[in-house]
Amino acid sequence: MAAILPPPTMTEPDRLDKARPQGEPPSRKRVMPWADAVFALSTAGAAWLTLALLLGILASLVVGAAPALREFGLAFLWTSDWDPVQQKFGGLVMIYGTLMTSFIALLIAVPVSFGIAFFLTELSPNWLRRPLGIAIELLAAVPSIVYGMWGLLVFGPLLATYVQQPLQSLFAGVPYLGALVSGPPVGIGILSAGIILAIMVIPFIASVMRDVFEVTPPMLKESAYGLGSTTWEVVWKVVLPYTKTGVVGGVMLGLGRALGETMAVTFVIGNMNQLNSLSVFEAANSITSALANEFAEAGEGLHQASLIYLGLVLFFITFVVLACSKVLLSRLKKNEGARS
Amino acid sequence: MSVTTADSRLKMHAKRKRINALALTLSLAAMAFGVFWLIWILFETVRLGLGGLNWATFTEMTPPPQAEVGGLANAIFGSALMVGMATFIGAPIGILAGVHLAEYGQKTRLGATVRFINDILLSAPSIVVGLFVYSVVVTRMKQFSGFAGVLALALIVIPVVIRTTENMLSLVPNALREAAYALGTPKWKVILSVTLKSARAGVLTGILLALARISGETAPLLFTALSNTFWTTDLGQPMASLPVTIFKFAMSPYENWQKLAWAGVFIITIGVLLLNILARVLFKNKH
Repeated sequence: MAAILPPPTMTEPDRLDKARPQGEPPSRKRVMPWADAVFALSTAGAAWLTLALLLGILASLVVGAAPALREFGLAFLWTSDWDPVQQKFGGLVMIYGTLMTSFIALLIAVPVSFGIAFFLTELSPNWLRRPLGIAIELLAAVPSIVYGMWGLLVFGPLLATYVQQPLQSLFAGVPYLGALVSGPPVGIGILSAGIILAIMVIPFIASVMRDVFEVTPPMLKESAYGLGSTTWEVVWKVVLPYTKTGVVGGVMLGLGRALGETMAVTFVIGNMNQLNSLSVFEAANSITSALANEFAEAGEGLHQASLIYLGLVLFFITFVVLACSKVLLSRLKKNEGARS
Repeated sequence: MSVTTADSRLKMHAKRKRINALALTLSLAAMAFGVFWLIWILFETVRLGLGGLNWATFTEMTPPPQAEVGGLANAIFGSALMVGMATFIGAPIGILAGVHLAEYGQKTRLGATVRFINDILLSAPSIVVGLFVYSVVVTRMKQFSGFAGVLALALIVIPVVIRTTENMLSLVPNALREAAYALGTPKWKVILSVTLKSARAGVLTGILLALARISGETAPLLFTALSNTFWTTDLGQPMASLPVTIFKFAMSPYENWQKLAWAGVFIITIGVLLLNILARVLFKNKH
């Protein structure tokens, strides 16, 4: 650049002028010395706010649930009356619904997620890995209300015709199993809610599993292959034992999601406060669906307090599950940089 | 082992190969199973959603049951307003806290605690956030309001943005920070004009993901913003939103409501998926 510039055309006095220092030398004093402290404080404030948020949620739930806590105590957890007229409330039906739907969801989602992670890490050709991974992650991005509406109006009727009715005729008269599939096969109830929850948590579990599978040191896998192991044996006997804490952490993460999912469950569970039959075809209720349906209409007082009590129970369960998941995943992280 | 004959070894080998083939087939089936749902849901959304979609959907208010015309204009507007404001409030707080975790609190006890709590808040049931805002705001103001809805959504934005901001800042090489410090730059300036600037695309990705997440959130709005059948720009009033309107319409027996609900589902799904894809493209271009 310098070569192209025209030669300096300054006259002698001009050059002398340029050589003299212009103005003051830069001051040693820092500009805005308080800025550092203010910035550090405001970021710390935002961090504290997150902590305050959790405590605030907990405190507001306990305060809101206080009337019900005083009235029913811990017996709330194992009584099943829910009668706004007589002001008698117990949360067993909802707690059962939440736990049972999440259990069914995990029953389906865990093996499928394992298969997906297995496919994505060991089997898939390289060019397919990214698009398929994104497709699974997009499954997590679909809003839960879309799952709900699709589940109620599209999936439910199909489930009733092609799965529930055949199962009923197959198991009719068989003890226990027959009772499990009794009830009207209308496509709403615990089973449909469980299946839809499974579809919703598969992406979470599968992506954690894929991430932890990928951190298995290649040396370990290659040694196993070198000894003549098949792909399945490498994954089942080398990769899985090495990453088991991470895998369990991922499953817990999925469980946490399933327990707290609201809209999809509210659409398909049927919202019936019953526990007379343990059939998975029967309409039931979960903590989240009870809150979604009743809370805005519940009068102040015991009804509302009982609903908040249910919210507190839900928050407590998910907190414990997610905390376990976090601890397990960070244990694996210590060995290698796995993402949780 | 010495008693194994060549024949039994061959049998063993065949068995192991069979098990392997079976496992590979099942894993292929699991992958197909996962993708199958995505395609099915998208297909039904497009098929049923496009049918109910027309110009009136964007210009008319939500109709009474069995009315001839009607749209989702007030719900779309309410959603856009609340989601926009929630992002506007939540994102700066999330970025600040994320900066704290990545730049000040890598090893402090506060940093570790906040990181732990934040991961839990990230997956905590969103309906519980709704309960919290209800008891803090709605019971005080004695009224459901758009403002309460904004607050509930903002509380969901914060953990998402904290997580992505922290992750993105920790990807910035330390040499950049050290070079800036060596020039005598104060820490706040290093963070604002070096680290945050070079992690810009990642941080923006996080904000887009948060935006996508709250656009579809229904549960925290149910008893904060409630719903409204009229056009309102007043945040002190109950405010309609797309997800809550879909919920109300889909559960109803009226055909015109259900049709509108499908149109709403179509709009939300396409919007959320586009935001997600945009976020990915943005992030991929930068890294």
